[in-house]
Amino acid sequence: MSKPTPSHTISLLVRNKPGVLVRVSLVFARRSYNIESLVVSAVTGTDFSRMTITCSGDLETLDQIVHQLSKLVDVVQAIDHTGETVIEKELALVKVRCNATERTQVLQICEHFRGQTVDFGADSLILQFAGGSEKLDAVLGLLQPMGIVELVRTGKILMARGAERT
Amino acid sequence: MMEPKTPKAAEVLIQCLQREGVEYVFGYPGGAAIPLFDALYDSKIKLVLVRHEQGATHMADGYARATGKPGVVLVTSGPGATNTVTGILTAQMDSVPMIVLCGQTITPMLGKDAFQEADVTGITYPVVKHSYLVKDPNDVPRILREAFHIAMTGRPGPVLIDLPKDITAAPCTAKYVSEVDLPGYDLPSDPETADLKLLAQLLSRARKPVLYVGQGAVISGAGNAILRLAEKLNAPVVNSLLGKGAVPEDHNLHLGMLGMHGTAYANKAVMNCDLILSIGARWDDRIVGKVSEFCSDAVKIHIDIDPTENAKIIQPDLFVCGDARTVIEELLPFVSKLDTVEWMKQCQAWRKQYPLKYPKQGGLRAQHVLEELDRLTRGKAILTTDVGQHQMWAAQFCRSTFNRSWLSSGGAGTMGYGFPAAIGASIGNPGKPVWAIVGDGGFQMTLCELSTAVLQKVPVKILIINNRYLGMVRQWQELFFDNRYSGVTMEGSPDFVKLAEAYGVKAFRIRRSGDVRRILKAANEYMDGPCLIDAEVVQEDNVFPMIPAGAPYSSMIIEKPKQKLAKPTGST
Repeated sequence: MSKPTPSHTISLLVRNKPGVLVRVSLVFARRSYNIESLVVSAVTGTDFSRMTITCSGDLETLDQIVHQLSKLVDVVQAIDHTGETVIEKELALVKVRCNATERTQVLQICEHFRGQTVDFGADSLILQFAGGSEKLDAVLGLLQPMGIVELVRTGKILMARGAERT
Repeated sequence: MMEPKTPKAAEVLIQCLQREGVEYVFGYPGGAAIPLFDALYDSKIKLVLVRHEQGATHMADGYARATGKPGVVLVTSGPGATNTVTGILTAQMDSVPMIVLCGQTITPMLGKDAFQEADVTGITYPVVKHSYLVKDPNDVPRILREAFHIAMTGRPGPVLIDLPKDITAAPCTAKYVSEVDLPGYDLPSDPETADLKLLAQLLSRARKPVLYVGQGAVISGAGNAILRLAEKLNAPVVNSLLGKGAVPEDHNLHLGMLGMHGTAYANKAVMNCDLILSIGARWDDRIVGKVSEFCSDAVKIHIDIDPTENAKIIQPDLFVCGDARTVIEELLPFVSKLDTVEWMKQCQAWRKQYPLKYPKQGGLRAQHVLEELDRLTRGKAILTTDVGQHQMWAAQFCRSTFNRSWLSSGGAGTMGYGFPAAIGASIGNPGKPVWAIVGDGGFQMTLCELSTAVLQKVPVKILIINNRYLGMVRQWQELFFDNRYSGVTMEGSPDFVKLAEAYGVKAFRIRRSGDVRRILKAANEYMDGPCLIDAEVVQEDNVFPMIPAGAPYSSMIIEKPKQKLAKPTGST
């Protein structure tokens, strides 16, 4: 019965104190909803933190999850930004195996996607890419055949445009 | 000259409880809670010393449900705290305000597997409305104020406070606070006039309306307003298990309980209505049966203080967020009488055609005992129940006529709830008759509280509907599992009369139908402490009507069918 489900990005403003992340993640876990990425950062000059959560699953359950998140005493705001025009970015560090002959091709890909070389070794490079998830997926797809040794992605962060609140 | 002594956080905590108006604490001590019990020693707050921490939570729950005031529990760390989990779940599921204070190991030992250490905030995250682990003695006044505010406002619920021993023993210089600063905790504002007008408009088009009343109506005291609405509309009222008592069940417009074991006439009304208005009820699976077929052609309106209930189970045509009483009172001026003469005639005809009934021969029947209890108490007693057949029969045969007079674990379905809840209810309502209607199974889960009842001298009447079976599971095994009785016989139970006598509790036994009235009357008049009535009813009897779990209302069974039934598809 399960259809492929679109990915959702939920942004939370929460109290910055111990236990909040557990309360938030329990809301997902209880409904057997998987969190795909999670970014937490303190909001400067306040006692609040911003959580950006990416997850996928059926829309009905997600609605419940957003409502239940809003209900948590430590959650000030919970918004599902799916379908909104927002600025979405993530950062990836990728270590690619390459010898001197393969290097040029890797660097071309890096340059095309406006990546940066952050480590230059004899047999490998570490590249840094920032941008939308689709862009990162595309560049990683191109690098895959070259031999990705390690990959770390930050998960998505997001901000609403203009006067809209995140 | 000596400086005035700085009070310890434990003393400040007890003062905070007093400022919150707490009169009773239900508790059990232990190493990590000693500073708290020490502070309690000098206070006016009365300690109800229980025999098991689960009992403390159910007593606090019963006290809270019967009085509307928050119930306070005080236990120690580790097993003391984990023993409260069932009671916290029970309170959370039924929106009962409760404060659970737990001792905890000293802060330097947290997370190091100290003696009697349990991560109780971690264990209880999913079953509390909110919780705190106190790390600074000066946070005590603020946290206490917040805890009571959160427990009592909006949709009430349990709040747990974990109190490390070094914190409660440390000096606290912080002052009592009256304001709370909780930016993530919103309370619903008053209902929008536009919503009320729309609600009234939907009502005005109805020809066959039903008002469906739940726990939210009990909590907000919406009963009178709902009755005025029902009379103004000339519409029938049904209630959920927990809604009993909000609107008097002996009123002519009241059709009793709906749902799985509701009255056939309530269920017929729900099946055939063209509008159902839920007032503080959450379309529980015991009520709805098969979601896709539940009132599929009727307009569905939902009034709830908790916005997360909107479309959780049923997609309503209109959701109004707010306190049940406020919404109904503000709605009243917009509504007018409906043309429901035919509809009411039909509902009353169903009442005549499908009355609650049970076999009158073949020995002592639970239904007969409960019918006699209803005749005796005339809806003027507080009734508590356990969970199972006796609970459903009590809900059917004992009419509740006033608010906060029916205490039963609905959401959690906690066996062992009834008796301790009755102790709490009695402590909160001295002089009022309180009957704990329990099964022989559930009673054995918390019967150690007989000592507590004796010590507190509460005139609680424990009526054991004793069929020597876990009757509801047995009923399912009979109806759906080919009579394969697995794990349901209660062999080895004690002689409950002798057991009561061992505790110094007055006890009665009922074996014959002819003795029911006389013995219940004697028990009702016995006010010199608790008493126990062991009613040895027929072993195999079934609760009807019944809508099998997950089935539509059209599958309602009024008596035992000749043919075998398919296994239910719904939850439990």
